[in-house]
Amino acid sequence: MTGSPLIEVEDLRIDLDDGSRRVAAAEGVSFRIDRGETFGLVGESGCGKSITALALIGLLRPPLSIGGGVIRFEGKEIQHLSAAGQRELRGNRIAMIFQEPMTALNPVSPVGRQIAEMFVLHKGKSWREANQLAIEALASVRVPAPERRVNDYPHQLSGGMRQRVMIAIALACGPDLLIADEPTTALDVTVQAEIIELMRNLCAERGTAILMISHDLGLVANVCRRVAVMYAGRIVEERGSADIFRAPSHPYTQGLVASLPRLGSRAALGRTRLKEIAGVVPAITGFPNGCRFNPRCAQATDICRTVAPQTDVLEAGGFVRCYHHA
Amino acid sequence: MKLRANLVIGGSLFALAIIVGLLAPWLAHTDPVMDANLMNAEEPPSWTWWFGTDGQGRDIYSRVLYGARVSLTVGIVSQLINSVIGVALGLSAGYFGGWWDDVVNALTNLMLAIPSLIFALAIMAVLGPGLTSLLIALGLTNWSFTCRLARASALSLRNQGYVQAATVLGYGDLRIMITQLLPNMLGPIVVIGTLGMGSAVLSEAALSFLGLGVRPPFPSWGSMLSEARDQITTAPWLSLFPGLAIFLTVLGLNLLGDGLRDILDPHSRSRRT
Ligand SMILES: Nc1ncnc2c1ncn2[C@@H]1O[C@H](COP(=O)(O)OP(=O)(O)O)[C@@H](O)[C@H]1O
Ligand code: SF4
Ligand SMILES: [Mg+2]
Repeated sequence: MTGSPLIEVEDLRIDLDDGSRRVAAAEGVSFRIDRGETFGLVGESGCGKSITALALIGLLRPPLSIGGGVIRFEGKEIQHLSAAGQRELRGNRIAMIFQEPMTALNPVSPVGRQIAEMFVLHKGKSWREANQLAIEALASVRVPAPERRVNDYPHQLSGGMRQRVMIAIALACGPDLLIADEPTTALDVTVQAEIIELMRNLCAERGTAILMISHDLGLVANVCRRVAVMYAGRIVEERGSADIFRAPSHPYTQGLVASLPRLGSRAALGRTRLKEIAGVVPAITGFPNGCRFNPRCAQATDICRTVAPQTDVLEAGGFVRCYHHA
Repeated sequence: MKLRANLVIGGSLFALAIIVGLLAPWLAHTDPVMDANLMNAEEPPSWTWWFGTDGQGRDIYSRVLYGARVSLTVGIVSQLINSVIGVALGLSAGYFGGWWDDVVNALTNLMLAIPSLIFALAIMAVLGPGLTSLLIALGLTNWSFTCRLARASALSLRNQGYVQAATVLGYGDLRIMITQLLPNMLGPIVVIGTLGMGSAVLSEAALSFLGLGVRPPFPSWGSMLSEARDQITTAPWLSLFPGLAIFLTVLGLNLLGDGLRDILDPHSRSRRT
């Protein structure tokens, strides 16, 4: 199932036009997701995960724009696709679910209709067929009594149910790639696990690749085969998720891993404090020279403060962007 | 849900006007135009002539009933035209922004700067009197409030999560405007539309009063008032009944608009659920 590249991003740069000049909100972003693969993008809030996702589906809007690089979907460049071409892909081949299940559904339209609209829009179904398919789609995300629930309005559903509906909408047309941007951040912890499990199972059944975006390395590593860690607009490390946990290479990743509570560890028992990474992510306009992590890095040397490090390919697979990596 | 007095009274008055207009041929005692008889000229209200008769002996009651047809047709149709224009312009301007928004804004400001009745007068002067001209003149001159409202709603709605979600799901602009934006702004648009119908009924009366509306002898409330002008002291019932009809219809529409605003107001809506 895996092996052929579904989407490839090469040296992507996202510009932010702040009126007087253009600054790179993200640069040198490269990754590849194979068919049916699960790939994670992790990093602190504001590091550029969401704008990278928006770039993939052609939805960057001023002041943001693609400043360079290539995005290939099934081998075809899509970064300069026409509006109609983009719409072809969106929802049909590439789907996305968001953080906010509360606001991502139209409040004045029954949820069944919102699912059915996807079949009408992308598959040319009649409303009659589409409504039937909507019931099946709701059933597939394990919403009880779907034939009744299709008539419900979003405000009649709980947060978890709404996110199930969002998943049903996103997967309605059988997309090849599902982008999930913080899909459970707004949900209760107990519901989170269910939703993630559901999403993972449905995508595995259908061979849908997942690009999972989160600030939570633990969550992402749990779902994804490979993980890329982003810091201040650059991918600083990309590895298999088991490796990244066992032996994080980049000092930032090491910090992330150290800050995670681990089951059975002393930290989880509350005896030691979890380590946190000191300092904050720099603002786009105030990125430091050299390695952008240098102000917060304990291992930083002079070269780190002047010249940005290039990527080092690791023997075990993956890469890291650091002069003094482990 | 508690039924509000303004909604009930307003709705009833408006419904009454519509029923009266629709059933005029069955409710009327005489033909409003043909049954002139100088023998019965200027009869005051009585059991025979409920609302009295005019200078040509025509039954005022029957003429008021038929007059409802003109007033309501003008009120409803011209406001529908206004609503469609206002929503189309305002919604698209708010959604797309940019130069189109500037154009629509300039146009709206222009419309707001010129009193709509004066504008309608000018159009009537070009088109000549008659029902069609009335519909066009009033339908083209009173969309600026709807437009403002639709634009403001679109501006705030386009940043809603579900509008962005729809873009992500591959909806085109038109589909987004129709399925995501329009239904979510419909409440206030309907309220403005109801109030606008009231003012269109008044404008029809005003234009017909000035002789630019529906041509006599066919009755409209405005033209009846116009004809009654000279006899206001000698035969006050000639102006009283069409005036009352206008008053009650416009009052009904305003109460209805108020009542709709009450129930469609998001604050009162959240109280209900
Ligand atoms: N529409 C926008 N206008 C200006 N700056 C933006 C916009 N969207 C995002 N940014 C900036 O781009 C950076 C990356 O944002 P984002 O991709 O949303 O981060 P996250 O990793 O939390 O998803 C942030 O510094 C944010 O302030
Ligand atoms: S390049 Fe230097 S500053 Fe950056 S992470 Fe590595 S050691 Fe730290
Ligand atoms: Mg984000």
